[in-house]
Amino acid sequence: MEQNMIQLTIDNHVVEVPKGTTILEAGKQIGIEIPTLCHIDLKGTCVKNKPASCRLCVVEVEGRRNLAPACATDCMPDMVVHTNSARVIRARKTIAELILSDHPNDCLTCPKCSDCELQRLVMRFNIRKMPFNGGEQSERKRELTPAITRNMEKCIYCRRCESVCNNVQSVGVLGAVRRGFDTTIAPTFDKMFVDTNCTYCGQCVAVCPVGALTERDYTDQLMDDLTNPDKVVIAQPAPAVRFALGEEFGMEPGTSVTGKLASSLRSLGFDYVFDTDFGADLTIMEEGAEILHRLKKFLAGDKDVKIPIMTSCCPAWVNFYEHEYPDLLGHPSSAKSPAQMFGAITKTYCAEKMGIPREKIVVVSIMPCLAKKYECARPEFKVDGNPDVDYSISTRELARLIKRANIRFTQLPDSDFDSPLGESTGAAAIFGITGGVMEAALRTVYEVYTGQTLPHIEFEQVRGFEGIREATIDLNGFPLKVCVAHTLSNARKIMDKLRAGELDYHVVEIMACPGGCIGGAGQPYHHGNFEILNARRNALYAEDEGKKLRKSHENPDIQKLYKEFLGEPMSEKAHHLLHTHYSDKSIK
Amino acid sequence: MKTLNFEDLTQVRKKAQATLSVRELSYAAADESSCGLAVGTEHIQLLCCGGTGCKASQSQKIVENLKACIEANGIADKVQVIVTGCFGFCEKGPIVKVMPDNTFYTQVKPEDAEEIVKEHVIGGRKVERLLYVDPKTEKTVSDSKHMDFYRKQMRIALRNCGFIDPENIEEYIARDGYAALANALQGQTPEEVIDIIKKSGLRGRGGAGFPTGMKWGFARNYQAENKYVVCNADEGDPGAFMDRSIMEGDPHSVIEAMAICGFCIGASQGLIYIRAEYPLAVHRLKIAIEQARNYGMLGKNVMGSDFSFDIEIRYGAGAFVCGEETALIHSMEGKRGEPTLKPPFPAESGYNGYPTNVNNVETLANVPIILTKGADWFASIGTEKSKGTKVFALAGKINNVGLIEVPMGTTLREIIYDIGGGVKNGKKFKAVQTGGPSGGCLTEKHLDLPIDYESLGAAGSMMGSGGMIVMDEDDCMVSVAKFYLEFTVGESCGKCTPCRIGNKRMLEILTRITEGKGTMEDLDMLKTLATTIKDTALCGLGQTSPNPVLSTLDNFYDEYVEHVKQHKCRSHQCKALLTFTINPEKCKGCGACKKNCPSEAIIGDVRKPHIINPYQCIRCGMCKSRCRFDAIQVF
Repeated sequence: MEQNMIQLTIDNHVVEVPKGTTILEAGKQIGIEIPTLCHIDLKGTCVKNKPASCRLCVVEVEGRRNLAPACATDCMPDMVVHTNSARVIRARKTIAELILSDHPNDCLTCPKCSDCELQRLVMRFNIRKMPFNGGEQSERKRELTPAITRNMEKCIYCRRCESVCNNVQSVGVLGAVRRGFDTTIAPTFDKMFVDTNCTYCGQCVAVCPVGALTERDYTDQLMDDLTNPDKVVIAQPAPAVRFALGEEFGMEPGTSVTGKLASSLRSLGFDYVFDTDFGADLTIMEEGAEILHRLKKFLAGDKDVKIPIMTSCCPAWVNFYEHEYPDLLGHPSSAKSPAQMFGAITKTYCAEKMGIPREKIVVVSIMPCLAKKYECARPEFKVDGNPDVDYSISTRELARLIKRANIRFTQLPDSDFDSPLGESTGAAAIFGITGGVMEAALRTVYEVYTGQTLPHIEFEQVRGFEGIREATIDLNGFPLKVCVAHTLSNARKIMDKLRAGELDYHVVEIMACPGGCIGGAGQPYHHGNFEILNARRNALYAEDEGKKLRKSHENPDIQKLYKEFLGEPMSEKAHHLLHTHYSDKSIK
Repeated sequence: MKTLNFEDLTQVRKKAQATLSVRELSYAAADESSCGLAVGTEHIQLLCCGGTGCKASQSQKIVENLKACIEANGIADKVQVIVTGCFGFCEKGPIVKVMPDNTFYTQVKPEDAEEIVKEHVIGGRKVERLLYVDPKTEKTVSDSKHMDFYRKQMRIALRNCGFIDPENIEEYIARDGYAALANALQGQTPEEVIDIIKKSGLRGRGGAGFPTGMKWGFARNYQAENKYVVCNADEGDPGAFMDRSIMEGDPHSVIEAMAICGFCIGASQGLIYIRAEYPLAVHRLKIAIEQARNYGMLGKNVMGSDFSFDIEIRYGAGAFVCGEETALIHSMEGKRGEPTLKPPFPAESGYNGYPTNVNNVETLANVPIILTKGADWFASIGTEKSKGTKVFALAGKINNVGLIEVPMGTTLREIIYDIGGGVKNGKKFKAVQTGGPSGGCLTEKHLDLPIDYESLGAAGSMMGSGGMIVMDEDDCMVSVAKFYLEFTVGESCGKCTPCRIGNKRMLEILTRITEGKGTMEDLDMLKTLATTIKDTALCGLGQTSPNPVLSTLDNFYDEYVEHVKQHKCRSHQCKALLTFTINPEKCKGCGACKKNCPSEAIIGDVRKPHIINPYQCIRCGMCKSRCRFDAIQVF
């Protein structure tokens, strides 16, 4: 046996594992699925929660006084483990019953019904009675924010949200408040989300095993608008949605459903089915121009120009720097996010073209994101109180709508998006992944700056799931230093360096969610399975490769829009419609 | 002042020992004849307890009055008043001891000071009325050596408590203080010192009883740029106060031991985690640390050696769970005080991720004397697997409430009946609860059990930090279990499911039973829950929290069944189960009960027997307390 290998017995199977392997992982190797609830380990990202606190994964280890949590107990040489002895099964069942005794058990009307990890365990443990129910229930808060719904009565105290909020996002809004039976996971002093520096990234929602943290649901409002004959309802689905939506209908993760997505939206009764990908191409035009603009100034020796320029399409990231780095607001690009650019163009250029007054148009974005819901409500994205994007629904909400509308999604024919805002390039498709915006921008910036055609269109250097990646791109002899980061804790590292004057990049891309939008909080739940994220990523790059046009500036509809309406990137009109400003929102 | 080197320390010790000789002599004295200036005693010292308990009973005022009286009589050059730590006999406090005849005055009041000075100190006549009266012989005992309370005790951890002035480092030095540290620094290797501790058989006094030497060895073996020695002074068991007493009465023993531990494991920083509700202990520790620094026992190059070590005090907010070492460390780091899974043990990854050795106060207090007297000496005391002594806090229905220290292997009977003086008011012994909320209730059949870590564990209880609460026939065992569970529910950090929800549900069931609403299924459920929590909770506190329930279920099952089936509480503690009636033969119809009944449940005409309406009765017991004819019966 190799030096770093350990042999042990689990349920009478001998298994050999490397040192440091937990009993849970060792069991998995030989097909033994030990139940877990608090544990999550999205391998390949930093999403990890291992408090060993729910105690549902307990196993019997021979020679040990009490039961051991499989998720956090390392394998030891010659260990003999029983994962399904009578003692273990009894203990697990009692613990599950205890959890149910402090849970509302209103599964039928719970937003997580059928997608709830607790519910699955209860079924698995064959629980038919709740012997400990009828006692006191802990009193916990509810809150409805523009993006996230909190119903902490459902919280089972796994603390995944806390781990993500602190360790992955470094935002530190969530933590344990009070103690014992009264403990709740909440902002300090049990404050409301809205009174904190919450960025609404929603990663807490993405990992919540139960229905305690969910998205704010806008499906009913959308149904009302769709059936209202006075409204013209326009859909714009984000790039990342089409690589995940199929999962909600039992399709393999990584199935691209672009065509079915367009068809389903049409079947739902949207009047126009456009594409946020168009907005993504537009973003590249504006942001790319801004990059070039600042670079030129920088190279000319302008001391005041803010370098590096940072991407600004991720709304949680925008909230993050407005809250925590108000002194550095000059660095992010002033370009709006693709969805907001899209909204602004729809309610001006499009409205004009179609002859529909702004007030009658309802723009609905379909996003992998929850922070987009908050973004829609920002006052700077409204004209006389009328928002450019009326509201945003998540991938999951769209799936619910499709199911409710009796549409058999898997059998829908493919169809195209409507014109004039339906055409997009491969550059837009890759917006949905960490590094994608950077790559899309580089494709355009390179060609515009050098005046030459890119010899190799893929920028492999900025791809991958590494937390912070950097690359130097040769722009005709000028070494353009770029950096890509995902998760806000990595963003913090970069911003702290910038604040300290130690950052040596020209362009930085930040996405708040692990993996970028494919891992967004509005996507179908990954339940800790990293392979799902990987599959979405592969599908996304495949879509890019399959596109005829792969550079934003080659999108004919974009060219037309500039010709007919905007003039050129960063023109006065473009500035007015497609750019924004940031303000100090630090909590004082 | 200039810090001391090894040679200076010896000189300071010699000088200080002269001051202490009056006291040392008194311990050796065979007879109880009085001292006094009138009978030719040249030098007299009055020791007055300055522990938290006696201070609460105005011992500070006693000291002031004694001093004033001494001053007024112009005898200040011959008579000294010394404030010491706790003597242990708290039942009889405040205590004033006269040296060198070792006269032990009990329950002294500030106004007694003058009499003590004039009669005893000057006149050489003992103040008889303040002497301890042996309840068995009803004779006064003047020398504490001859009191039952002290006779079977062996004071090792408490060796200096009640003997030296804790605010004077020289008195500690006189008692061979800092000799162990000096010795270690002068020629022993850390391994040698660890070896002595290992051989002595010293085990953790905080509860779990892990071998201290081994713990030090683990911490030594991990290599890191920083290491820490932590003193766990987060004493949290209800009724236990041995750690507080040691810190109040002999803080230097803790400081010296921490420095020795630092030398052994390779740490230069010590941290004392103490609850903020121990202000006096904090105060004395601060003084002691400052003095130790001034004398060169702490700080850079301790006693001129290469070894540097300093101590910081960290305050806890008094959460019970912070006594668990991982929770304690998180609390010190400024995080939420809740345990994390072990391994990694603190020896590998503790405070701020560095190797950390955590020892309880009493454990540390044993260390210096083990090193000066040797491992064999310590190992000769106690039982096969539990060496040395253990301090217990005696409380509850026992005559001699206080702090005692006995060799391991002493029986519960010796502690309760010989040292403790038996059950209060001649009542019948029912149970003794050891180990605080993590321990269990032991009964009559356990009385002859020689107590050590193993025997208590086997009997379904545990050593814990040494709380010992005696219960008599008036105590309801279901209520006792409920009391401890209320504590655990209130102190649970809430991290793991079994402790957070399981204990709450157990408490609800116990509450039902004490209200007469329990069922036999409830008893099964209690057992299931208790077993599951014991088997699955994350930390030691959770795992032991069902012990009070399990041990009472084991030893007093019939009482539970009585509550459930007959709705009866034999100890009359569960109010909801009581029935108040009036014995018509005894009732004179005076109306006192009726007049005082707050719920107007009593009816009856004057001079005729009254009756209680059971539906209206709130079982407050007011009628019983007002009846002069013993006519109110309680079932």
